[in-house]
Amino acid sequence: MSSSSTVSGHLAASGLAEVASSEASLRRFLHGLPGIDAVGLQARAAGLGTRSIKTTAKAYAIDLAISMIDLTTLEGADTPGKVRSLCQKAKNPDPGNPDVPHTAAVCVYPDMVPFAKDALGGAPINVAAVATAFPSGRAGLPVKLADTAEAVAAGADEVDMVIDRGAFLSGRYLEIYELIAEIKKACERPDGTAAHLKVIFETGELVTYDNIRRASWLAMLAGADFIKTSTGKVTVNATPANTLVLMEAVRDFRSATGIQVGVKPAGGIRTTKDAMKYLVMVNEILGDDWLSPDWFRFGASSLLNDLLMQRQKLASGRYSGPDYVTVD
Amino acid sequence: MSEPTTALRLDVYKTYKLFVGGKFPRSESGRVYEVTDRKTGEWLANAPQGTRKDTRDAVSAARKAFGGWSGATAYNRGQILYRAAEMLQGRRDQYVAEVALSEGLTAKKAAPLVDAAVDRLVWYAGWTDKVAQIAGNANPVAGPYFNLSTPEPTGVVGVVAPQGGTGFSLLGLVSVLAPVIATGNTAVVALAPGAPLPGLSLGEVLATSDLPGGVVNLISGRTEDIAPTLASHADVNALDLAGVVAEEGPASARDLEVAAAETLKRVLRPESASHDWTTAPGTDRLLTFLETKTVWHPMGM
Repeated sequence: MSSSSTVSGHLAASGLAEVASSEASLRRFLHGLPGIDAVGLQARAAGLGTRSIKTTAKAYAIDLAISMIDLTTLEGADTPGKVRSLCQKAKNPDPGNPDVPHTAAVCVYPDMVPFAKDALGGAPINVAAVATAFPSGRAGLPVKLADTAEAVAAGADEVDMVIDRGAFLSGRYLEIYELIAEIKKACERPDGTAAHLKVIFETGELVTYDNIRRASWLAMLAGADFIKTSTGKVTVNATPANTLVLMEAVRDFRSATGIQVGVKPAGGIRTTKDAMKYLVMVNEILGDDWLSPDWFRFGASSLLNDLLMQRQKLASGRYSGPDYVTVD
Repeated sequence: MSEPTTALRLDVYKTYKLFVGGKFPRSESGRVYEVTDRKTGEWLANAPQGTRKDTRDAVSAARKAFGGWSGATAYNRGQILYRAAEMLQGRRDQYVAEVALSEGLTAKKAAPLVDAAVDRLVWYAGWTDKVAQIAGNANPVAGPYFNLSTPEPTGVVGVVAPQGGTGFSLLGLVSVLAPVIATGNTAVVALAPGAPLPGLSLGEVLATSDLPGGVVNLISGRTEDIAPTLASHADVNALDLAGVVAEEGPASARDLEVAAAETLKRVLRPESASHDWTTAPGTDRLLTFLETKTVWHPMGM
């Protein structure tokens, strides 16, 4: 409650409080954001992916990346047993090596939250639940609110919601603003605390970089704690370029309002090399303030095994293989 | 005007490339080295100088291919090996020339070696669906159970191709490669650095034989780069040291075996450098890279 009043205070101080007062003013604001030079953006993202990171810096990056993972299972075939083994892996990614840090969170469907909470016990690992008719976002508001409330009531520490891309693409920005604000309210718990809200844009469906920037600002104005690229369920997931747009948006948002928002690229990040490219981007675009699991996350499942194999290689000097990590 | 331009035509030289994951990449390093005529020392071609990184890429490709290849029916694997023999037969003249230059032989002496390589592929193609009969068993047990042992492929096998002996450059290579893949393993081969051309061309035959990409990966370059990478790589399950010649150093049989022991690999020791590859191979190589799986099944159900 106090946090939301400070947020609106910050927004008022920066002159952004009235932006969402009407459909027209919101549209004027979002379409007034500077356009993106797509070629320049891609070149910048590619340029940041060329750094060579070796030895001790690589070891640091691997452990940091492991600690930033939202270890995810979002399959129709998920079972309580699979969620429990995922939680064991989140707590202790490499059973043979207790030095490996735990992941930041596990990310599951709302009905799996109780099993995840139970399996994690007192471990300092959050449970994130995808809600609001994930992954399509095609359901009425009451259904989405009930979905969110169920996840929060079951003990979810974080809620990953999807926006209605259809509404966004047809220009009904205020509808999305209000949806996010309503879900934000549904994230509050009776004791006054609230689950962290991550807003997924599904950047692969937003067509242009300008749209991704607009969606980022829209979500941050509506009170998102984190903005996230993708569900991982479509062909184009997180790419360095569209994650760069998100990063620039949170950077600009903080300098405008003083409010810091986290970033989570998700889907398609499978190798240590990919993960390190994103970490370089965080460091270069956002700086140290974001270089922690509180402000930057990877939504991934197979990335963890590759990080562990690279970690084993650094420790033993031998290239490792899938026989030396768990099957999941 | 009847025969004006033939004398002016420039030769078109072949760019030899690695064979990794079903594709023909140049070496990641961009480097090549000169391959010379065994007899005269004249320049023959530039071969890619495969690196440790190329070798690791090949191991990942081989691992990726393992599931599909080991899961294919033995009949299908036999068909594909037979198809490779057909393709090799169709390009006989090219291989005769390459083997002659690589081993310092006349074309007349090289021809039977190429024919023997074709025959060897056919021989191993026949073994694919018969190996389970000699390596597997129905075990007698004291209970109402069927107890069946069946041979299963080991996984990714690193092979150091023969570097000497009669027919080593093609027949020798086929004799060490075919038994590995016949039983469902996938292979990464370090080609003989002094005679890689028949091996690099073999990639073109395999690529047109319905062999899934990554089942065979052929790397030319310095054995002291490639072999130790294979020996120490935890994702390589077995090692065939057939062509190891170094007495000392990281590419010697001793050092490679020590490195392989760190990750518990099966190792086949080097062949003699003067081995006659035309002799009948027997089933030893076929049976080395297998693991036995035993299952119990209740009787009378």
